[in-house]
Amino acid sequence: MMTCTHLLFMISLAVSSGAAVEVQRPRGVPLSKRQFYEENKPFTCLDGSRTIPFDRVNDDYCDCKDGSDEPGTAACPNGSFHCTNAGFRPTFIPSSRINDGICDCCDTTDEYNSGAKCENTCKELGRKEREVLQKMAEITKEGFLLKQQLIQEAKNRQQEKQSKLTELQNNKKELEEKVEALRTVKETAEQPEKEAKERHLKAWEEQKAIIHAEKDKAKMAEAFLELDDDADGFVAVAELQTHAELDTDADGTVSETEAQGLLGGVDRVDTASFENVWNNIKDKYVSESQPVEPAPVDAPPEEGSKPLADNDSEQYPSDDDVQEEEDEDDEEEDDYPEEDFDKAPPTIKTPPKKDEDEEAMPPYDDETQVLIDAAQKARDNFEESERALRDVDDQIKNIEKEISFDFGPDAEFSYLYSQCYELSTSEYIYKLCPFNRVSQKPKYGGSETNLGTWGTWAGPEDNRYLVMKYEHGTGCWQGPNRSTTVKLTCGKETTVMSTSEPSRCEYLMEFTTPAVCQEPDAVNSLLHGHDEF
Amino acid sequence: MTEPEGAKFIAAKMAPSVDRMVPLLVALLFLCLGAEAVDRSNFKTCEQSSFCKRQRELKPGQSPYRALLDTLELSDSRITLQLINDNNKVRLLLELYRLQGNMTRVKINELKPLKPRYEVPDVLITDPPTEPMTLVAQDENGLVLSLGVDEQRVIVSARPFRLDIVEGPTVLLSLNSRGLLTFEHLRLRKDTISHKITSTVGSMWDSIKSVFSSKHDADTEDGGGSENAEQAEDEDEQAVKEEEDKPGMWEETFKTHSDSKPNGPSSISLDFSFPGVDHVYGIPEHADTLKLKNTDGGDPYRLYNLDVFQYELHNLMALYGAVPVIISHNTQRTMGIFWLNAAETWVDISSSTAGKTVFGKMMDFVQGSNEAPQTDVRWISESGIIDVFVMLGPKPNDVFAQYASLTGTQAFPSLSMLGYHQCRWNYNDQEDVKAVDEGFDEHDIPYDFIWLDIEHTDGKRYFTWDPNKFAQPKEMLQGLMDKRRKMVAIVDPHIKVDSGYKIHNEIRSKNFYVKTKDGADYEGWCWPGNSGYPDFTNPEMRAWWASQFAYDQYKGSMENLYTWNDMNEPSVFNGPEVTMHKDALHGSWEHRDVHNIYGLYVQRATFEGLIQRSGGIERPFVLSRAFFAGSQRYGAIWTGDNAAEWGHLKISIPMCLSLGLVGISFCGADVGGFFKHPSTELLVRWYQAGAYQPFFRTHAHLDTPRREPWLFGPDNTALIREAIRQRYALLPLWYQLFYNAYRTGQPVMRALWVEYPKEPATFAIEDEYLLGKDLLVHPVTDEGAKGVTAYLPGKGEVWYDVHTFQKHKGAQNLYIPVTMSSIPVFQRGGSIISRKNRVRRSSVCMETDPYTLYVALSPQGTAEGEIYIDDFHTFNFEKEKQFIHRRLHFSDNALSSSNLAPDSNFSTAAWIEKVIILGASQPNSISLTAADGTKSAVEFEFDSAASVLTLRKPGVNAGADWTVLLQ
Repeated sequence: MMTCTHLLFMISLAVSSGAAVEVQRPRGVPLSKRQFYEENKPFTCLDGSRTIPFDRVNDDYCDCKDGSDEPGTAACPNGSFHCTNAGFRPTFIPSSRINDGICDCCDTTDEYNSGAKCENTCKELGRKEREVLQKMAEITKEGFLLKQQLIQEAKNRQQEKQSKLTELQNNKKELEEKVEALRTVKETAEQPEKEAKERHLKAWEEQKAIIHAEKDKAKMAEAFLELDDDADGFVAVAELQTHAELDTDADGTVSETEAQGLLGGVDRVDTASFENVWNNIKDKYVSESQPVEPAPVDAPPEEGSKPLADNDSEQYPSDDDVQEEEDEDDEEEDDYPEEDFDKAPPTIKTPPKKDEDEEAMPPYDDETQVLIDAAQKARDNFEESERALRDVDDQIKNIEKEISFDFGPDAEFSYLYSQCYELSTSEYIYKLCPFNRVSQKPKYGGSETNLGTWGTWAGPEDNRYLVMKYEHGTGCWQGPNRSTTVKLTCGKETTVMSTSEPSRCEYLMEFTTPAVCQEPDAVNSLLHGHDEF
Repeated sequence: MTEPEGAKFIAAKMAPSVDRMVPLLVALLFLCLGAEAVDRSNFKTCEQSSFCKRQRELKPGQSPYRALLDTLELSDSRITLQLINDNNKVRLLLELYRLQGNMTRVKINELKPLKPRYEVPDVLITDPPTEPMTLVAQDENGLVLSLGVDEQRVIVSARPFRLDIVEGPTVLLSLNSRGLLTFEHLRLRKDTISHKITSTVGSMWDSIKSVFSSKHDADTEDGGGSENAEQAEDEDEQAVKEEEDKPGMWEETFKTHSDSKPNGPSSISLDFSFPGVDHVYGIPEHADTLKLKNTDGGDPYRLYNLDVFQYELHNLMALYGAVPVIISHNTQRTMGIFWLNAAETWVDISSSTAGKTVFGKMMDFVQGSNEAPQTDVRWISESGIIDVFVMLGPKPNDVFAQYASLTGTQAFPSLSMLGYHQCRWNYNDQEDVKAVDEGFDEHDIPYDFIWLDIEHTDGKRYFTWDPNKFAQPKEMLQGLMDKRRKMVAIVDPHIKVDSGYKIHNEIRSKNFYVKTKDGADYEGWCWPGNSGYPDFTNPEMRAWWASQFAYDQYKGSMENLYTWNDMNEPSVFNGPEVTMHKDALHGSWEHRDVHNIYGLYVQRATFEGLIQRSGGIERPFVLSRAFFAGSQRYGAIWTGDNAAEWGHLKISIPMCLSLGLVGISFCGADVGGFFKHPSTELLVRWYQAGAYQPFFRTHAHLDTPRREPWLFGPDNTALIREAIRQRYALLPLWYQLFYNAYRTGQPVMRALWVEYPKEPATFAIEDEYLLGKDLLVHPVTDEGAKGVTAYLPGKGEVWYDVHTFQKHKGAQNLYIPVTMSSIPVFQRGGSIISRKNRVRRSSVCMETDPYTLYVALSPQGTAEGEIYIDDFHTFNFEKEKQFIHRRLHFSDNALSSSNLAPDSNFSTAAWIEKVIILGASQPNSISLTAADGTKSAVEFEFDSAASVLTLRKPGVNAGADWTVLLQ
């Protein structure tokens, strides 16, 4: 029942400068506090709250409010136990883990009375930790060298970009001037072109009017003959009445009065006066020689256009194609590539009117054509120069954008810009494009999901360049937009090590890069600094 | 988890967060987002349930039923009597039993049903032992039977039929006093079979009928008077007017689902009146008040196990489980009615005073009318028979004992099951489980169980593991075992229809699936997609299911893996009301008959499997969502898919109190709320409340942000740690209370009125409760609360604040200012509670730790308590009597420990490290007398300001006799 007092003391073997020294102190007390626990002298709780006989230290009853009288038992709820862990790192554990049947200290000292079978694993752990730290040190060393290179490269690149920018800006000035010059050339060439074209058109219009009048006349004569059923050289009321299409009051028949009206108030007209009548009726008049068109009901256009629209959908690229296109572009505006296709309406071809064939404008005369060609050339030159200017503008913008990113204190992260790194898991391919976006794509078909676009550096205050935050990805059902936290660790390679989704739609990525490798000195002190003895 | 709306299903399909099915998702999104709360239209109202509508159309009045007194048969164990419906001349057989322990059983069935009607098996733990009844008086109006002691009598009135149970001059309870007894007899469908038969082969039909009759005659031949009955019946048949068919009798359609009802109408109904009663409780599960409400003018309470997506509060709709037990209470007496029927059931409650208008009450006052209150209860079930157990009390504990004698008591859990459970839908993979486990140690928070929801399986094939995420389950379980912790993995009762899945193939080949009305395997939609539903009502099926939990069958399982049965209402996403079609077949019975007991059978089969895998040694643990009367025998239940809202935190108290009243003590609600994201304040308050509720588990929906206790800043981590540590310190009390529940049927978590039955102020209290009889808990359940008002019951009693030891008088409303760290809890003066203040990382680590006794003195300077100790996980306490059960008693300045179970044997390493006496005065000296008579002095400290005396290290073994004397 009561914990045995003979377990009060422990003998700890400590190694210091190669000499073995025995240090006696109550169980669970760290060397640094040994002086407070003097045998056979009353013990004062470390918070000074009270003084108790020394035999109440580690007697399995909590007397001190701060738990300091029971460093080696579980009696105090707020106590802590010191494991020496010779060969590994010493540590404190909560008192509640003393004799709880679970091995916590690698030197097994926490389980002295529970029956738990613990093995001393300190040496093994120490060895492993050294190995790990050594490896880490190597990685850090090499990584740090790589980082220096990256920094140098970044500098070079930055200079390159800067000079490129200057060059482009000069270039831009030149181009702007060129554009203006070519605009003048173009406008100069277009004036005579326009005049020549108008001339040509006018001539054509006139000619067309003449042809048209002749045709009408011929038609009128033909109609007169057709209407003049009795061939008496007159078109009479009765003869007009046979042409129901001439009905003016929409009752389906041409009454006498109507016919008279059409004839200009007289009963009959001769060829000469027919010209006036013809102007009234020619739009409606149906020649008797042509068969009457079967009910002039317009064929419903939908019937023809529907399947057309269906066929059209095949023109849409599959999602995958879209995504690939998107991937190649760095620009954010590509987020909705489908829009371009949405805007293209299904084209419904209407058959051209045959009648008009004969009315095609004759080609330009040589003189006009020369003017047109000259103007076209000036236009092309102008547009080309404008395009060149736009290109240069874009390039300037891109460089300015790139320069505006925070690539770390020494721009060591700049090499990640416009790169992408992938990690393939059992189900998905994850892609991290630093300073741009994170995405996830199912391995076996399905579209890509945006797990967040570049937000900000989000590491702890002392080094905010250890964590990247990507935000505002695709929305989740009943949840937030997806976001990704990228944790950066030192490594020789630049690789996505792992991804997980600790909380719904909140992703975590582990990413190694030499860019975060610290100076090896810092790591060395870690490796050697823990040796208390 | 629920979400029959498809929400969860879609979410599950999306994992991890990839919109594979964007168009479908978008379509469903609109559907789901619109449904903020429950979609009521998915579930029937009484009006939409044809039998409920038919029954409820009947108004109280002259009952058509008449007792045929000349058919009386009286034997030692029962009386039988025929009833006749004067409208249709159909006869019923009434059986009356007087049961041991002050109960009366009333059974009514058709005298000659066309085919047998369902009588619910497997709920009663034994054929209830009877006691003889004697006929005291009889005339043409009725008869009087004596129920033995206490001048209790049953009066049977003949015309109309009515039963009154009286004690001396007082009517305790009346049956059919409002004339609402209805028994829809089985019949042949007029427009089809019967007419054809009469016109064509009528003679054959007659002979069929005579076969039934003669069979019945043979059964009752020895019981005299049957000949008379036969004659009378013949006469009656002449006069039978054919009853009109009503809509819904032979077919019923709800939404797109059609119920074929090949057996036609079969519903039953009976009314009960409790004179002098104003308070009735029970009939869980409803998200509503502890005290049952008057249902006049609204729908009745519904009992029909359903998977309700995002259920609403304060609403009488059916939920996941059903216990058809109602408890009546007034200052004089507590009684109960157990309506043993597993079909869809509706319960109407009307209270004759509660329903009165203010004006009406005033008139009573003016006219001097002193009418006592009365509560009328009417039960309506869709099929089966009337089988009612009237539990006559008279004290609350008597009713609990009576109900326990019928349906058994709470399964006694292992200690660790009373610890804290960490659950989420879902922990992503083994690494995630490991990280969460380590998080608890890192933040020094104890826990015993970590849970895996459906995503741990290989494509929702239960009994399997996801090959990528949980590739090495044994490694994971061993890791937990090394920390002395455990795991629960979900095993739902719907089985993926997949010819590559062993479980499915075996169930199919053994023909164990529930069948459609046409005899094919019934299939429905659930988490795995198309699923079969094993027929758990079949004992062979259950035995096979149990065998699947053997370590060599359930690959990857180990002894620290336990089971969770969800969706066992059963939930069928595409079924009527998200459950199984009523005309599906379980052997020869329709699903209609067995619906409410299906979930119990699932939990039972799993429970038996877990016992068998350990060779009958280890106590199992099975959590179930659906339940029925008797489910307490098989493990724990929780209140289903609640939400992260203050109202849901509040309602968890009356929901668990209601369950406790009807035998189910191991109850809890998802801490934090399942749906939605709790505010930090709500989460902390829920931990504080949950730490004092029997089943203490946090759970969260897949789509909610993570909420492990350390994710809300160090202050909140500390608050949650403290709440969980309070739970662990009190585990000795929890364990003893569960032992008590196992032995007596008394609830662990108790409504105040149970312990203070004569104090009407307690009758409707549901924002606080008692653990056992000694600890009063009033959790903070309001946002931004600056204080709570707790009612401390008991005139002349005192209560001690367990945190400050401040003493308060009983029978008062006490305002308690609160901060975020407050969990108002009081210990009753006169009680002794033992705690283990050395809280460790799991309960198993604390098994042999020493106890601290908190002795809270009554005003008379006395106190009493118990301590129960065993190996905390096996059945040896029962089989080998390996336990320690001691009485701790303080009076006349002496505290002593004495053995309550002299024939038990167990030894423990645990000892008494401290005794804290509240309300004490300063002694001069304290001496301890050990079992062997040796005396020693005990050191002490006295805090005179708080009147708290602390005894330092008595050091006696917790299993020994000892006495401490204050001088």
